[in-house]
Amino acid sequence: MSELTLTVMRLGFLAVLWLFVIVAVQVIRSDLFGTRVTQRGSRREAGRQQQAAARQAAAPPQQRGQQGGGRQRRNAPTKLVVSEGTLTGTTVALQGQTITLGRAHDSTIVLDDDYASSRHARIYPDRDGQWIVEDLGSTNGTYLDRSRLTTPTPVPLGAPIRIGKTVIELRK
Amino acid sequence: MSSTTNSPTHHTSTIGAIGAPSRRNTELALLVFAVVIPVFAYANVGLAINGEVPAGLLGYGVGLGLLAGIGHLAVRKFAPYADPLMLPLATLLNGLGLVAIWRLDQSKRLQQSSQYVEAAPRQLLYSALGVALLVAVLIFLKDHRVLQRYTYISMAAALVLLVLPLVPGLGADVFGAKIWIKIPGLGTVQPGEFAKIALAVFFAGYLMVKRDALALASRRFLGLYLPRGRDLGPILVVWAISILILIFETDLGTSLLFFGMFIIMLYVATERTSWIVFGLLMSATGAVGVASFQPHIQTRVQAWLDPMREYQLSRQGVFGHTEQVMQALWAFGSGGTLGTGLGQGNSDLIGFAANSDFILATFGEELGLAGVMAILLVYGLIVERGVRTALAARDPFGKLLAIGLSGSFALQVFVVAGGVMGLIPLTGMTLPFVAYGGSSVIANWALIGILLRISDTARRPAPAPAPNPDAEMTQVVRP
Repeated sequence: MSELTLTVMRLGFLAVLWLFVIVAVQVIRSDLFGTRVTQRGSRREAGRQQQAAARQAAAPPQQRGQQGGGRQRRNAPTKLVVSEGTLTGTTVALQGQTITLGRAHDSTIVLDDDYASSRHARIYPDRDGQWIVEDLGSTNGTYLDRSRLTTPTPVPLGAPIRIGKTVIELRK
Repeated sequence: MSSTTNSPTHHTSTIGAIGAPSRRNTELALLVFAVVIPVFAYANVGLAINGEVPAGLLGYGVGLGLLAGIGHLAVRKFAPYADPLMLPLATLLNGLGLVAIWRLDQSKRLQQSSQYVEAAPRQLLYSALGVALLVAVLIFLKDHRVLQRYTYISMAAALVLLVLPLVPGLGADVFGAKIWIKIPGLGTVQPGEFAKIALAVFFAGYLMVKRDALALASRRFLGLYLPRGRDLGPILVVWAISILILIFETDLGTSLLFFGMFIIMLYVATERTSWIVFGLLMSATGAVGVASFQPHIQTRVQAWLDPMREYQLSRQGVFGHTEQVMQALWAFGSGGTLGTGLGQGNSDLIGFAANSDFILATFGEELGLAGVMAILLVYGLIVERGVRTALAARDPFGKLLAIGLSGSFALQVFVVAGGVMGLIPLTGMTLPFVAYGGSSVIANWALIGILLRISDTARRPAPAPAPNPDAEMTQVVRP
């Protein structure tokens, strides 16, 4: 057997061995599932960053699960997400029901926010399936993007709805 | 969560597991890879030694492939959510071990020795038995928590297994260490390998019950939590037993493995660093104390401190000295970074234990630092998957058992590799999956089987909650 062939085999074998190790590590990397954990409460900054990461990881399965319902339009939002404030990370699936927001205990999302009124706002679908946000005469107002709401207004996907320190978005 | 939302029809969630795919196809692909690598190595050895592709290539390739395939099918059937990496990693190590053993079988020098037996076919048989045991574990052990019922039975079994080599007529003194038993007609068995698993079961069951007492009842002193005197009981007992093993079986490896596993599990169960400090102090005291009067261990320590002197004494024919340690170091040295190439080294000079205790030296010489690092990484990955399984396991018993098994696996690799490389005194342990030896291969396949079972339970998606018939009836009464 020639020297050259043996040298090539020797180096080739080491390369293959390391390739195996690298592939195994890649499998571990792709295996890092776990829980969609979203931090709430005091560590808001950290929580937000984590949530952003978790959101990316969580997005595909979430979409798959939600589009099973079928009847909604393609671009319709499927969930409401609290993206800032003490409730960061809370999600509510949108199933055609009215969502009420406020400090009152029977609200869909009970806001633990000093600037929120007890019946602050509601989000509901109109006949076409378009989601509308309406301020319910709150003290400090409800803001969509940066404008204070005066009338029921359609909510575009991803537009921030601000109530006190809490920010809510509709997502697909 | 319940205080933030309260309408029954809304689905809210903050924490939820993302569905884990079963990853069985990944496992299959990796398994194919793990079988191809040893076949490549086998062809390489044949080409280097005889200049032709060895005749047994097909046989070994098919044999290893069959073992891997059977293991894979069993996992697919009986543990569909198990970790995808453990089986391929173990298969790769087993295959590489087979190649190295076969390569040493081909050595002319070893063939002249009176103790020569063709080891590779036997090792393949042992591997087959090992995989059969893995399949049996997967079939019969439906839930690892069943083992919890046998906490004290496995303690008794482990003690019996550890004591067996000392029974006169049954034990066999092989090269100074009494860790084998002789079964007429079957050959020798190393019961310590099986005791390892039984002990992990016992420690897991015991610590699960006692960990609160061990963790909480303690005083703080100099930044360390000192356990109460009476809580020191178990650790003292385990320590005493490991010292007795050291004295009577003269085997540092088993003793270290046994005690180390207990310390690791104690630490994981109680989260108290003080146990590690105590454990290290106790094992150091014990080892130094015993080494001061036990002649066999003294030889081992001397060979570790000054292998060159041992080598010369052995060359001069002085009894009780070994040249193997120095030769193993030379093997690593002559391998260099990239090695001499498979089949082209002289690690067979090490002599009779070249294919068991010293098999890492063969890899060190023929694959070099690059190859040894890859192999150690593969071991590291197995341990990582074990620890990951422990993290994912939902029940404390499974957590502790997985940590104990992977911890003992890691310790064993450390003790053997450290011994061969001259980091610690050499002991008579075998490199899991790679070294020649039936007990070791079979016991380690069983160990992988239990880890697969725990990881299957841990990664299995939670069953969908049963639909609640009352849910629709509930009316929210608005004030």
